[in-house]
Amino acid sequence: MDIHEYQAKKILLGFGVSIPRGGIVYSPENAENKARELGGNKWVVKAQVHSGARGKAGGIIICSTPLEVAQATDKLLGKKLVTNQTGPEGKIINRVYIEEATDIKKELYLGLVFDRSSESIMVVASTEGGMSVEEISKKKPETIIRSKIEVAVGMQQFQAREIAFGLGIDSKLIPRMADTIIGCYRAFSELDATMVEVNPMVISNQDQILALDCKMSFDNNALFRRNQVSELRDKTQENNSEVYASDRGLNYVSLDGNIGNIINGAGLAMASMDMIKLAGGEPANFLDVGGGATPEKIVKAFKLISMDEKVKVILVNIFAGINRCDWVAEGIVQALEKIEIKVPLIIRLAGTNVEKGNQILKDSKIQYIEAETLEDAANKAVKALGK
Amino acid sequence: MAVLIDKKTKILIQGFTGKMGSFHAEEMIKYGSNVVGGVTPGKGGIKHLNLPVFNTVKEAVNKTGATASILFVPPAFAADSAMEAADAGIKTCVAIVDGIPSHDMIKIKRYMRRYSRTDKMTLIGPNCAGVISPGKAMLGIMPGHIYKEGTIGIIGRSGTLGYEAAQQLKNLNIGVSTSVGIGGDPINGSSFKDILEKFEQDKETDAVLMIGEIGGPQEVAAGKFAKENMKKPVIAYIAGLTAPKGRVMGHAGAIVSAYGESAVEKVELLKECGVTISKNPSVMGETVKSALNAKKS
Repeated sequence: MDIHEYQAKKILLGFGVSIPRGGIVYSPENAENKARELGGNKWVVKAQVHSGARGKAGGIIICSTPLEVAQATDKLLGKKLVTNQTGPEGKIINRVYIEEATDIKKELYLGLVFDRSSESIMVVASTEGGMSVEEISKKKPETIIRSKIEVAVGMQQFQAREIAFGLGIDSKLIPRMADTIIGCYRAFSELDATMVEVNPMVISNQDQILALDCKMSFDNNALFRRNQVSELRDKTQENNSEVYASDRGLNYVSLDGNIGNIINGAGLAMASMDMIKLAGGEPANFLDVGGGATPEKIVKAFKLISMDEKVKVILVNIFAGINRCDWVAEGIVQALEKIEIKVPLIIRLAGTNVEKGNQILKDSKIQYIEAETLEDAANKAVKALGK
Repeated sequence: MAVLIDKKTKILIQGFTGKMGSFHAEEMIKYGSNVVGGVTPGKGGIKHLNLPVFNTVKEAVNKTGATASILFVPPAFAADSAMEAADAGIKTCVAIVDGIPSHDMIKIKRYMRRYSRTDKMTLIGPNCAGVISPGKAMLGIMPGHIYKEGTIGIIGRSGTLGYEAAQQLKNLNIGVSTSVGIGGDPINGSSFKDILEKFEQDKETDAVLMIGEIGGPQEVAAGKFAKENMKKPVIAYIAGLTAPKGRVMGHAGAIVSAYGESAVEKVELLKECGVTISKNPSVMGETVKSALNAKKS
């Protein structure tokens, strides 16, 4: 789960990381008042959407008067911000963050992620703040400092000091920088995060160390024990169909093609999508109804797919194990009594009691095309598109 | 003897008296697995499915001599149960459960480092279908009858895609020595490489089919291991050719976040390691068959 910049900043502040003063606003009037309250003569108006690269997309505006702050907020609120990470549909701006401007002496990069090969938390830092970590690895790989942290004992002072010295900052700033890095580590480890990125981490003209922009993501599997984190979820930043699906226990990812699919198991779903592609088609979605493929889940899956207007063919591929094919077939028949499908439907059943399952489908009123193998199903789906 | 489990392996069910635990325990017993009892804290002393229930894994191991266990406990308590099994001297533990936090998985693996290599438990999963040695024993939730007894080892992240492979093999009259589902999470108890190592040493396994997917470094690490240490042929299929970058595809671990983690890149890197690639998921069985024929000739 992703959260907004201002939410991440507030969390890091709680772990001893300094941030510029600022506040969230929902209207231009609000914004103007907030600018006056913060004082000074320069403010940054930042669109809060779940995406990086907001600056290049026009989502971050520097202002010199409270009136400009109000105008900038007016310009952003309610608009969709399209960045190179949001896709062409963009993301809606419902909240704007007003922050005092910082005079920057130096920009640094700090990121924390899980390292799957060493099964530890990896801290990545660089002197080249402001660029994405991918850009840094391409253009200035020699500036990257990596440190693997043993989670059982947590991050040690010396590890944070090594990173701080590696960044080549003034020695009087080392203790403060080490504390900042440890604060980010603690936020990661104590809140079940999967990513913390402070980019840039800046040293101001007054020698403060500040998290100027930050992103955090969390382990969905751990949200049950992180109430304060799960409360930060903003569904307006997620794809509507994906929210609908996740609220109903379906694993769904919306894609650009026109062949909708309903499959049990994530691996089989990816494999079926691959077959569609190899057969010359494009999948409209990834949808895993769960290994068990219960009738309730199948009904929900058909509802979800029938809401997607770009879908021109539906491919159902269920490998039934302990949940037998006859049971799955009954589930499909029940689902299609409730939901009208206007596009060609290809069904491939495999596994336990496949003959019985296919017979149930044949005896029903469902209009569909039967397929035998994965390949057969994909070919028939692509062929049905042409009709 | 196949790997991990055989006919004699004494099995405990952790979370025995729950709905899931009871259902799958019965399925395993029907298949012929040697289930000797179960653990549900607080219910020790009663009988369930005609088998003894214990309060702790330690007590269960002492009384029954069990060496394997399977977890049917909710994700929030799974780490605790896995560590309890490791401490009680269980040798093979399968965690079926989907939804264990990554931080908990790291904790389990660090906890297990206290045991010497010979005493250390092999943890399979989480978020997997388990282990089956066809004709011998099942320690999992798969439909046992789709597996034919034979000499192919299967290692896969996905449950149903693994079933698909087993059925394709069966249709070609090819059987399986053991099939191991390592699970779809970012951090697994055992990696592809860990299981390849076991199959290479197993006299009843002739070749290994590896069913991987996008995300993480494991498939490529296994390919390198195979190149340097294995005589038996390794065949692989990698799912997720069409998966967009940076999105989680159902399995928590199926996300491309670095170079070498996409399906196309993994296939290229595996080819360099001499692994035979199944070009699509519909020909996993046929690819294994031709690799076997090539080995004979």
